[in-house]
Amino acid sequence: MMESVVHHHLRPKKKFPHIWCPGCGHGIILSALVRALEKTGRERDEVVLVSGIGCSSRAPTYVDFSSLHGTHGRALAFATGIKLGNPRLTVIVLTGDGDALAIGGNHFIHACRRNIDITTVVFNNNIYGMTGGQYSPTMPTGAFAATAPYGMIEQDFDVCNLSVATGASFVARGAVTNPVALERYIRQGILTKGFSVIDVVEPCPPIYGFYNKTGTALDMMRSIKERTISIKKAESLSPEELKGKVLTGVFIDREYREYTEEYNKVIEEAKRSIQDEEPL
Amino acid sequence: MLFYRLYRDKEGRKVGFVQGNEACVEAGLIAGLRFFAGYPITPSSEIASVASAKLPMVGGKFIQMEDEISSMAAVIGASMTGIKAMTATSGPGFSLKQENIGFASLNEVPCVIVNVQRAGPSTGLPTQVSQGDVMQARWGTHGDHPIIVLSPSSVPEVVELTIRAFNLSEKYRNPVILLMDETVAHMREKIVLPLKSEVEIIDRSITTIDSSEEYKPFDDCTLVPPFSPFGGKLRYNITGLIHDPKGFPTAREDEVVPLMDRIHKKIEDNRDDIVEVKEHMTEDADILLVSFGISVKSSLGAMKMAREGGLKVGVLQLVTIWPFADREVDIVSQQVKRVFVVELNMGQIIREVERACRGRVPVEGINRYDGHLINPQEILSVIEERMK
Repeated sequence: MMESVVHHHLRPKKKFPHIWCPGCGHGIILSALVRALEKTGRERDEVVLVSGIGCSSRAPTYVDFSSLHGTHGRALAFATGIKLGNPRLTVIVLTGDGDALAIGGNHFIHACRRNIDITTVVFNNNIYGMTGGQYSPTMPTGAFAATAPYGMIEQDFDVCNLSVATGASFVARGAVTNPVALERYIRQGILTKGFSVIDVVEPCPPIYGFYNKTGTALDMMRSIKERTISIKKAESLSPEELKGKVLTGVFIDREYREYTEEYNKVIEEAKRSIQDEEPL
Repeated sequence: MLFYRLYRDKEGRKVGFVQGNEACVEAGLIAGLRFFAGYPITPSSEIASVASAKLPMVGGKFIQMEDEISSMAAVIGASMTGIKAMTATSGPGFSLKQENIGFASLNEVPCVIVNVQRAGPSTGLPTQVSQGDVMQARWGTHGDHPIIVLSPSSVPEVVELTIRAFNLSEKYRNPVILLMDETVAHMREKIVLPLKSEVEIIDRSITTIDSSEEYKPFDDCTLVPPFSPFGGKLRYNITGLIHDPKGFPTAREDEVVPLMDRIHKKIEDNRDDIVEVKEHMTEDADILLVSFGISVKSSLGAMKMAREGGLKVGVLQLVTIWPFADREVDIVSQQVKRVFVVELNMGQIIREVERACRGRVPVEGINRYDGHLINPQEILSVIEERMK
């Protein structure tokens, strides 16, 4: 049943094989997205997937929706133009941790602040895969990368806390080890009228794994399973017990002034202001 | 808030005494402008302000983005939904927009980019006049790419060329750069806005194909493939990667070369439709001034003074800067003894003029790059000196 939904949405004249490595989590996220979209009942023709640059940003190429594979870091900016240009569309941004939070960091916080009705899925594997393993803004302090041979000395971003603090309507974190919950979060994000962020914990075995000696893809999946803990469960744990844990679940779910709806009010106001003057 | 007023003449046309920046938005609206994304930068800021007030009046959208890069991206996104979109900036912002201008060029996304030039490099002389972005407008984004650049020399020409910029952009599915300068942008002149019945407004051609399986967004059977807006009946992919006719990434030589050839050919084969020059008293001229933008006004002043003194000076105004009017320059230069190229930079378009003149006639630059206009007297002095 699940498989048929995903197959139904693959591009008819597909450009396969895909570029992803064995053990990569991107495929799990993409299939969760497709299932989530199916369950929202949104018309396929009215969905636009937008991505930037990186391994994860190739995801829209493989599925049968209108899609824009843009420039590095700018997916949210392209998406903002699409959504404002035609607010009827369901606009979903697929982006990596480097794409969204380093080169695209400014667009990310401003999209949250603007609270425009776009759903953003962050394929968060803590590393730049396509370029060969440089450290990303979500790489944990102390981890190793092609550009951190002595270990990462910078502090990492927490995507969810950042999104909550800057104004997103809906924020959740899922993991590829729990695709059912992930699908639910993405669905909730799409249905939220406002800016939604779904941060997804996933492994990058051939590159992150290589630099950090974290074992096979299966080992990395097991490690994610051990590290992730639901927000609810975490409430009963002490700070010591929570050390090294990654919280999953819904961080915030609030609906408030959405940008395109607010802009419609601007249009009404502007049209009223020219009632005495003939419009162009 | 608007700082100008338009009145109606007897025929019902809107008339006003307005700045180039204000005229740009008014003309854009006639051309069908419905989306503007921008970021504040002098001397282009009035364009954004006027757009923010006027666009919602016609149901259009304005957004002030977080930076110049995202403004360009938002313009492309909006255009992909089928509406006419524009951004405006100046030197430093124009530099930042370049990567996405390349994306628009490769993906054949119609859009208009206004660059109100100010003196550079870097922050330069904020915000004094310059024409230093001639080459950046042509080659600012990386890689071979087609581009169209128009340059108005007066406020009425801002009206004319803004409409033309949208029309060319829609007709050829290509970004068009309106290369203004600080003086044209801030100078006030009388404009008469044409009635809609008096101007040709071109909209991009829309495909009649109704199945995603059959639609090729980058079909190479035609120079300008028909468009389908996102959210229409057709689902397809666009990408900054070199793509096949279906819009999917490719590195196959037999797909890369046809795409690159076609997007250049659509401009080259239509250069006569795109390239525009204006000749001022060139018929009997011995001396030719080649110029564009605000320097045309300086050149025309010098021409008048020179003719009063018996020197036969003519002006060839480059209205379209890119593609370069090489044939037109070639023809006019054959009948003169000397050519001077008047521009507010250290010599940019002069290289194209030299190329077109093919060494048959001396070509010399008359330049300023200190943030000030060239005085007609300065041009006249150079002419008189050389013609002694």
